[in-house]
Amino acid sequence: MNNKEHRHTISILVTNEFGVLTRIAGLFSGRGFNIESLCVAETSDPKTSRMTIVTTGDDRIIEQITKQLNKLINVIKVYDLTGGEFLGRELVLVKVFAGTEDRAELLSIVDIFRASVVDVGPKTYTIELTGDESKVRAFMDLVRPFGIKEVVRTGRIAMARSQKTR
Amino acid sequence: MAKQIKKKTNKKKNMLNGAEIVLAAFEKEGVDTIFGYPGGAVLPLYDALYDSPLKHILVRHEQGAVHMADGYARANGRPGVVVVTSGPGATNTVTGLATAYMDSIPMVVITGQVPTALIGNDAFQEADIVGITRPCTKHNYLVKDVRDLAGIIKEAFYIATTGRPGPVLIDLPKDVQTAVTEFVYPDKVELTSYHPTYKGNPRQIGKAVDMILASKRPLIYAGGGVISSDAAKQLKTFAEKLSIPVTTTLMGLGGFPGTHPLFLGMLGMHGTYAANMAVTHTDCLIAVGSRFDDRVTGKIDEFAAEAKIIHIDIDPTSISKNVSVDVPIVGDVSGVLTNMQKALPKTTTSYKKTLKPWVDDIAKWNKVHTLKATQDMKKRIRPQYVVDRLYKLTKGDAIITTEVGQNQMWAAQFFKYDKPRTFLTSGGLGTMGYGMPAAIGAQVAYPNKTVIDIAGDGSIQMNIQELATAVEYKLPIKIAILNNRFLGMVRQWQELFFDKRYSSTCLGKKPDFVKLIEAYGGVGLRAEKPADVDKVIKQALKINDRPVIMDFIVDPKECVYPMVPAGQPLSKMLLV
Repeated sequence: MNNKEHRHTISILVTNEFGVLTRIAGLFSGRGFNIESLCVAETSDPKTSRMTIVTTGDDRIIEQITKQLNKLINVIKVYDLTGGEFLGRELVLVKVFAGTEDRAELLSIVDIFRASVVDVGPKTYTIELTGDESKVRAFMDLVRPFGIKEVVRTGRIAMARSQKTR
Repeated sequence: MAKQIKKKTNKKKNMLNGAEIVLAAFEKEGVDTIFGYPGGAVLPLYDALYDSPLKHILVRHEQGAVHMADGYARANGRPGVVVVTSGPGATNTVTGLATAYMDSIPMVVITGQVPTALIGNDAFQEADIVGITRPCTKHNYLVKDVRDLAGIIKEAFYIATTGRPGPVLIDLPKDVQTAVTEFVYPDKVELTSYHPTYKGNPRQIGKAVDMILASKRPLIYAGGGVISSDAAKQLKTFAEKLSIPVTTTLMGLGGFPGTHPLFLGMLGMHGTYAANMAVTHTDCLIAVGSRFDDRVTGKIDEFAAEAKIIHIDIDPTSISKNVSVDVPIVGDVSGVLTNMQKALPKTTTSYKKTLKPWVDDIAKWNKVHTLKATQDMKKRIRPQYVVDRLYKLTKGDAIITTEVGQNQMWAAQFFKYDKPRTFLTSGGLGTMGYGMPAAIGAQVAYPNKTVIDIAGDGSIQMNIQELATAVEYKLPIKIAILNNRFLGMVRQWQELFFDKRYSSTCLGKKPDFVKLIEAYGGVGLRAEKPADVDKVIKQALKINDRPVIMDFIVDPKECVYPMVPAGQPLSKMLLV
């Protein structure tokens, strides 16, 4: 058993019913597990929803989290993606101060990160960015010096990579 | 117009309203008794009940109803059923639900709810009971459409009774009780997301057997899972085949015969010296339907520190929750034990011989300290003596329920339980006020058995109103109050760990329990001297048409020993 705390991305398939989100959130708070981010939406089957939770804990805690989640009647399947390869993405909206002298530089950063400016104000740009954690972090580090007025992030959604054939 | 339609459709076969569907579903599930209390939001259900053959026990407080259903379920293994109203009726079930949830007791509770149109409007007697009880039920439902009702009830009973059992709550709005639909009861339940594992993995079972046969100091540590899985017989056969000593948790008492030569008594905080020493020195701990509770393990790092651990449990979350396990086996205890038995070699005599030094060690520990129920006839009554006399005079042929605290521990230590489902106690939650209503539930399940609630003068007052229920239904439960005028267990901790500063634990000599039960219409008896004890018990055992309180005025200074102070290892017992 590893006692070190690790970050895990857990993907949970649940029945799409009212109260399911509360059951899962309640399980985390009631047992003292930690939620860093949580995303939820319907899957291609309207009877089920997909939740992606980012949490931290040592091996024993993560094992308990997955077992306890599996025990909930509304939970169909729990995947701890962190063991294997997966794609993690987050959507971020950032409102940055953009004075006339800064606009060109901001636009080139937006271009490099394949982000887009989705709204322009007299003194601000609102930029939309999608990416994994390191990309988001790098982007935020670059735009921070311009002055960030507001940030909204979705939290991580994730999907396991397809099996590679050899 | 609507009324006319209702009348017409009602004539068609199988068209029922929600209330009638509930009762029809109960009959399909084989329910014979409901414990309940009416109110505004369940009036339609109670109206349907008026014409029903189902037995309804009218309680005096909803908490009592849930504990009764719990006692009924523990005594006979079938799910207990409760019906209460919305709001306060529903919130009063919470302690009972949490009690049943912690101890894995199958139960279905139906709460009335305000009509669907009013939900969320802070209506009169509205409470979000589904929200409130989410963490203390195995699952719960709010029924929004009468067409879902039959399926939900089927699921509720299925979930409550399968896997690791537990209470399930169904919140039923008043308008759903009156809405009409065709009643079709599903034959089976198909839940995509709930498939308890019953059959243990054969490879793991093989590994476990090898590990046991390689061990020289094996010990079985059995819990409540043995009882919920009806595996007492399998456990006995397995233990005897290899001559492995057995200790049980509080919840496991009765899961292995209390008078069996291989039985070491209970382990843990108030466990026997032999059981706690055995678990400290075992090299192979076989945990069967138990969950390594803190009251069992003491300081977790030193619990069974020399042992490889095999853990059999139907609930995967119990495994490797508190301790690391070497061989986990997820499955139903009775099936797993049967398969382990099959995997054993035909002759086990040579293995048994290798256990000789271990058996000798245990015999030695048994001599170091044994539980003593002795009584100096010139001194005050010792509560341990009372429990011992209850055991001897009933010849052990009784269902014992307990309250919580010293009474509970003495009932566990000094009464020997040879059969499962004869010791009913709130082990996990530790609910004071559990014992008397649980005794009523057990007596309803078994009208001809002797049912005794071993109580303290503190706990018994927490659901004292149910005396009226016992009198009403002529239930001859016996209540043995070990009356020490204190909240004894808290007082004991204050004596040992808080410099004898008895803060708020003295109850004084009130009420007069003899007069109290007489006011309800039962029988009150009192023993003040040791010589009275047998007389009182014998007299009480003769009463068969109403409840009786035996008020034993005991020595308030008696403490429960052995004791492992909280957080200490099991080898550090206070013996006295």
